[in-house]
Amino acid sequence: MADIATSIPSRRDGETRNWTLQIILALAIILTAAKPILPDFMVRLPEAWIPPTAEALDYFFNVIVIDTLRFNELTRWFAEGPLDFMLGFTANLLEGKHRWPFMEEPLPWSAIAAVAAVVGYYLGGWKMALLAGGTFLWTALMGQWSITMQTLSVLAVAAPMGFAIGLVAGIAAWKWKAFDNAIKPILAIMQTLPFYTYLLPAVIFFKVGPTAGAIATTIYATPPMILMTTIGLKKVSPEIVEAGKMSGASRWQMLTKVFIPSARTEILVGVNQVIMLCLAMVVLTAFIGMPGLGGKLLAMMNSFKLGRSLEIGITIVLVAIMLDQMSKKWVTKLPEHFEKGTPWYVRHKFSVLAVVSFVVFLVLAQFIDILQEVGRRQSLSVGREIDGVIKGFLALDLVQSITYGIRYVLNVWVLIPFRDMLLWIPTPAFILFVVAFAYAVGGKRPAIFAAAFFSLVAFSGWWDRSVITLYSVLAAVFLSMLFGIPLGIFASRSEKWSNRILLACDTAQTFPSFIYLLPAIMLFGITDTTVVLSIVIFTMVPLTRYTIEGLRNVPPEMTEAADMSGATRWQKLINVQMPIAMPTLAVGFNQAIMFAFFMVIIAAFIGTQDLGQELQRTLAGTDLGKNFVLGINVSLMALTFDLAIISWANRRKKALGL
Amino acid sequence: MTNDTPVISCRNAWKLFGPNPQQYLKQMPQGHGYDDIRADGYIAGVKDVSVDVARGEMLVIMGLSGSGKSTLVRCFSRLHDITGGVIEVEGQDIMALPEKELIELRRSKMGMVFQSFGLLPHRTVLDNVAFPLEMRGQDRHARRKRALEVIKLVGLEGREEYFPRELSGGQQQRVGIARSLAIEPDIWFLDEPFSALDPLIRREMQDEFLRLQDLLGKTIVFITHDFDEALRLADRIAIMKDGAIEQCDTPDRIVLDPQTEYVRKFTEDIDKAHVVHVGALAGPMNGAAVEGEPVAGDKTVQQLARTLVNDPREMLPVADKSGAIIGVLERQKALDVLLGTD
Repeated sequence: MADIATSIPSRRDGETRNWTLQIILALAIILTAAKPILPDFMVRLPEAWIPPTAEALDYFFNVIVIDTLRFNELTRWFAEGPLDFMLGFTANLLEGKHRWPFMEEPLPWSAIAAVAAVVGYYLGGWKMALLAGGTFLWTALMGQWSITMQTLSVLAVAAPMGFAIGLVAGIAAWKWKAFDNAIKPILAIMQTLPFYTYLLPAVIFFKVGPTAGAIATTIYATPPMILMTTIGLKKVSPEIVEAGKMSGASRWQMLTKVFIPSARTEILVGVNQVIMLCLAMVVLTAFIGMPGLGGKLLAMMNSFKLGRSLEIGITIVLVAIMLDQMSKKWVTKLPEHFEKGTPWYVRHKFSVLAVVSFVVFLVLAQFIDILQEVGRRQSLSVGREIDGVIKGFLALDLVQSITYGIRYVLNVWVLIPFRDMLLWIPTPAFILFVVAFAYAVGGKRPAIFAAAFFSLVAFSGWWDRSVITLYSVLAAVFLSMLFGIPLGIFASRSEKWSNRILLACDTAQTFPSFIYLLPAIMLFGITDTTVVLSIVIFTMVPLTRYTIEGLRNVPPEMTEAADMSGATRWQKLINVQMPIAMPTLAVGFNQAIMFAFFMVIIAAFIGTQDLGQELQRTLAGTDLGKNFVLGINVSLMALTFDLAIISWANRRKKALGL
Repeated sequence: MTNDTPVISCRNAWKLFGPNPQQYLKQMPQGHGYDDIRADGYIAGVKDVSVDVARGEMLVIMGLSGSGKSTLVRCFSRLHDITGGVIEVEGQDIMALPEKELIELRRSKMGMVFQSFGLLPHRTVLDNVAFPLEMRGQDRHARRKRALEVIKLVGLEGREEYFPRELSGGQQQRVGIARSLAIEPDIWFLDEPFSALDPLIRREMQDEFLRLQDLLGKTIVFITHDFDEALRLADRIAIMKDGAIEQCDTPDRIVLDPQTEYVRKFTEDIDKAHVVHVGALAGPMNGAAVEGEPVAGDKTVQQLARTLVNDPREMLPVADKSGAIIGVLERQKALDVLLGTD
């Protein structure tokens, strides 16, 4: 990549760049080779040099924020007052907790499924009706109704909160440049911060249980809403703005009647992302003891009940696809007019239909118990049987020897040597290698950031664990490239396969990340390989997807020109398609790395030795400072790659005139 | 036209785009041209423009894209704040208006039609047309009534419930026109209203526009890059280049007497006989004795071609609409225009 990157500016520029790069690399290699004779403080920073960042942060939180500013009283008030009320309300409706409005029984599953089907039909015809109704039917029949509703009752509070906060902040960022500049870096860090880092402060400030879960979920899901709102508002055509002004709209009228409705599409895309991120996060709040789909899945996986895990996994996937599809259909749903004199019940036929079916099932459920609730005995869950099948399958000699073989080869030949090598490199040399990479790929600015960020990591005192985290990420993304990119290249050769694989990727991308652990655990049990493989599966999605998109978007004139020049398929791929697709591929690669950082932290509960493990441990206590330091470490490493790769992709795009 | 104060009076207006335009304009040396300004890092959107628009007049601003015509019209309505000079609307300096009064001015006196329509995609035709009325806080019933009136006026009856994307381009622009007329504005701005339409529809919309203008008699500032359109519609044409007005005159004068090389180039390919009115060619009486049937001054040379060729008289009396003699026409001069020999 280096030679491509350096060929863009003038030749002289390229030469000095090459020089600088060579010097940095030479330094790094010398430092590595000289390890045996290096003084100890050059190999690893001595403990004494490490500033007490965690303690300082603890002091900041405990003494300043909590004791002096009494910030936690405000948050506790919010948690115990309005938030608890809202959560209690949705929980009462959906799962029958004894809160306001004190309904004896929760809403019958059949009524909810019927309304979902009607809404699905309105948004996307029969297919969507089937998906929406079917998801709820499956959930009820599998005996997972109440855990699903526990999850959805939190989602029903967190998603609207994320939407509201995101909308307001997005408008503010669009209106005031200073605010935009201020939140941009915060949003960048937030999007790379591991989710455990959201959880602990939520617990400390908003007490354990659904309230903390809802808050962590909301905070996690808000950034894309802010970005989409700002993008949408900026994109409103100037003529529409002028038309509004010439109509004599005041500022408030401009905002509410011109800008926001005209930015509808982007805002709804934001809503879709809020919903999907909320779902992903709500599942993960299992780690702070939230009941629901995530909690159950975690418990089942911990006790290795794979059949039940699989069933819950399917429910989560179905709910994800349903929410994603419905909200996407809502984005593209455009209003259509009715002929004059259409009666109101035709104009509002879907609302009427929804209300009628809701009431009918509500009444029916009073008389027919099975429509109210599917009991334990009646459910169709076959978890235990599936368990047997999976265990039987895994016990087959052939399967066992294959999985053992893969595990052995990966562990002994690839993973462990790679990890040990990374750990062996002295800290300063390691930082220089990273800087060299950032310099070669991204240029000066990313290199400076890389140096600063990795030095901060070194001074955090968690160097070894950070390196192990990085090792898992790099190893997994590398493996994933071996499979994902060829798959993408293969698929891009035909329209049919491109669409199929893209659809699969789009669907897979909506799954909460937690799900990706399932197949890996099923095949490889609870080992190191599982961690890496679950990341591989997770990161293959963006890699494959962007490979296809990059290759499919090569302008046809160019491939035609290559054909007419007599290029073979392989020549065409290497000389024409790949170079043009490279910027897009780089974006996919970058996303894969970001996903990997995310996944490696989740995978901690399988038992790793990296930052995730430590982070998870902090959840049990009140070590806010340590929790932050660990989280920021992950974030800094991720941002280093992000800055370098995105800067390369942008430069390359410009150079290619794309 | 009356001798009232002009509806819009624009004196030495400047609009510069750049990092610090106000400052720059103050210290800019006299006689700095468009390219000099550009070299300093500024773009002169409007460059020292002085023009008046009289009540009931249709002023067409003509120029190629980037000539500053859209910018100028946006300065008239203060969608852009000017950098220097004065623009008065109905005698009020609009740069001095506080936001509230500016909004009030737009709500009561101005209407504007946009090139790509600027319709709100989430509102029906009815709600789009009623939008300015809604902004001024009229109640639902009153605005519906008025909106239906204008929709009927532009010939979109029966489509009130449609959404913009369900309409053709021409129909969408009718909605744009209806919206701009909803508040019964005194001043009507049209920014290339027909440029985005097919030639056939464009012709139809021009006719429609002339019909409306006959009916309503508004003061109009009309922007176009199409010279034929300008000639067809205008009372006066202002031709712009690089932010400045090259010439502002009646169509006849522009065609007969271009003041600059740029304007002359524009008029070169025009069939003058179609444009020039006999009245514009007529000279003063100066006591000359003319006799016989007068020719109508508001006819073009082309329209009177037969008379001009066949009439034996060297000097023809020219009459205005009321029949009063306003001047004499040298037949040879008219024939020169007709035959294209300058």
